[in-house]
Parts: sequence; structure tokens; C-alpha cells
Amino acid sequence: MASRMRIRAQLKEDYCEVKALMRHPMETGMRKDQSGAAIPANFIEDVQVLHNDAVVVQAYWGAAVSANPFLGVRFKGGAQGDVVKVVWRDNRGDSGSGETTIR
Amino acid sequence: MGNLDPLGLTRRGFMRVGGTLLAVAALPQKIWAAALRPETVFQTTTLEATFEALGGVPQVSDGIIFSTPDIAENGAVVPVRIEIDPSVLPDVSKLYVIVEKNPNPLAAVFQVPPNTQPYAETRVKVAQTGNLYAVAEANGELYMVQRETKVTLGGCGG
Repeated sequence: MASRMRIRAQLKEDYCEVKALMRHPMETGMRKDQSGAAIPANFIEDVQVLHNDAVVVQAYWGAAVSANPFLGVRFKGGAQGDVVKVVWRDNRGDSGSGETTIR
Repeated sequence: MGNLDPLGLTRRGFMRVGGTLLAVAALPQKIWAAALRPETVFQTTTLEATFEALGGVPQVSDGIIFSTPDIAENGAVVPVRIEIDPSVLPDVSKLYVIVEKNPNPLAAVFQVPPNTQPYAETRVKVAQTGNLYAVAEANGELYMVQRETKVTLGGCGG
């Protein structure tokens, strides 16, 4: 599973805004392919946003989050140049991550 | 002569479920980061069951600012945003996005420690026209806001 992620962290007035776009099919397990066979569920279950290795947001997702999920969160205490990371894990055990520095 | 319980639950089974719920509720709140994915809530299939699994129907609060489109042309990608007005609703530690008419109403949970703003933006699938709920948890109490989104193209095909 390709785990390329677009991620941006930007300092606003008194918080840091993180936006991330993950690549993932987010299959619900309820769809069928052309032959009528069920497409197995494959979706991100767990997402963490880390600021200098401290978890600032812990998210749990179901299959109802759209394909190629978008995440936007805000945390306090960030400074320019700090490392922000987004890490995900799906129901099959695949994982992906993206990293950036605060602008 | 058989089990006449209309819900098909034996007393023993019910007690077991209740016991598990109590054990989960008794977990210390401090270990929020290590807490587990709320699997049972994700598996509920009706709005009532989802609220019940969360701990009851939340009270309506205007401290939650919930932005969703009035009309979604594509139910597969419906942007949602939850913001909290801390002067009305302080100490929010969790946000839930719930889509009433989906096969599993709970779509996403966001847990935040005190130094993170209770704020979340994402995109969800909405199966058909119905209500979307933003639920916030603060000091163990649940609050909500509901908004209707009309869907012109269902979310389950895409």
C-alpha cells in the first residue's frame, strides 16, 4: 500500500493548524465488484498526530470516512521548525505516515 | 419451556455485557492516549444504539459549531468540521462524528489532550439524506448538535 501523504503544518494566531491528505481506498466491505463478489473492508482505523513525538490528537475512524481521507486539526504550543507527524494504521495492519515541519 | 425474552438476550448474557461496559467505564481517564478504539460503538447499527453505547442521548449545546453542507451532491465525500466554543463548553476531550442513516452511524472519534484545541475537520460518506451529529464529551458529559444534509447521490456506491 502506497503511503504517500500530503501534510502541512502552519502556525496561526495562537495555534498550529495541521492538514493532511492520506492515500487510502477506505473500503467499507459492503460494496461488490462487477462479478458480485464482496470487496473486503479496508479502512484506516487509527490516526495519530504527533508534535515532536508527543501525541496531540488520537483519532479512531470507521469505514464511513471518505476515500483518500482528509484530516484537519489544531494544537497549541507549536513553534516554527518543529516536527509534525501523522501516522495511520488500517484494519489489515498496513500503516503509513507523513512528516513536515511547522511553517 | 424456552427463552421468551423478546430481545433474545438471556439474563446471563445481559449481565455479561453490562459487566464489560462497567469495566470499560471504570478505566482511568488519564490514559487517554493509550485508550482503545471504541469498537463496540463503531459496530452499532442504529443511531439509538450508538448513543446508548456512548452513554446516553447527549444534551443539545450551542457550544458546538458544526459545519456541514446543506446539500451534498456526492454523498461519498461530505466535508464536516467541528469547532468548540470553550466559553460555553470547556474541557472537551473527545469529538464524535455520527451519520444517522449510515449502516454504522459512528464515523469518527477524535481524542484531544488539554493543550490541543477540540477541533476536527474531515470528510465522510453519507449514505442518504439524514441528520449528521457532532457529539462532544467534556468531563464525562455528552453534548451534541445536529444538522441535516441532503444527499443527491448516495455515499455507499463510491
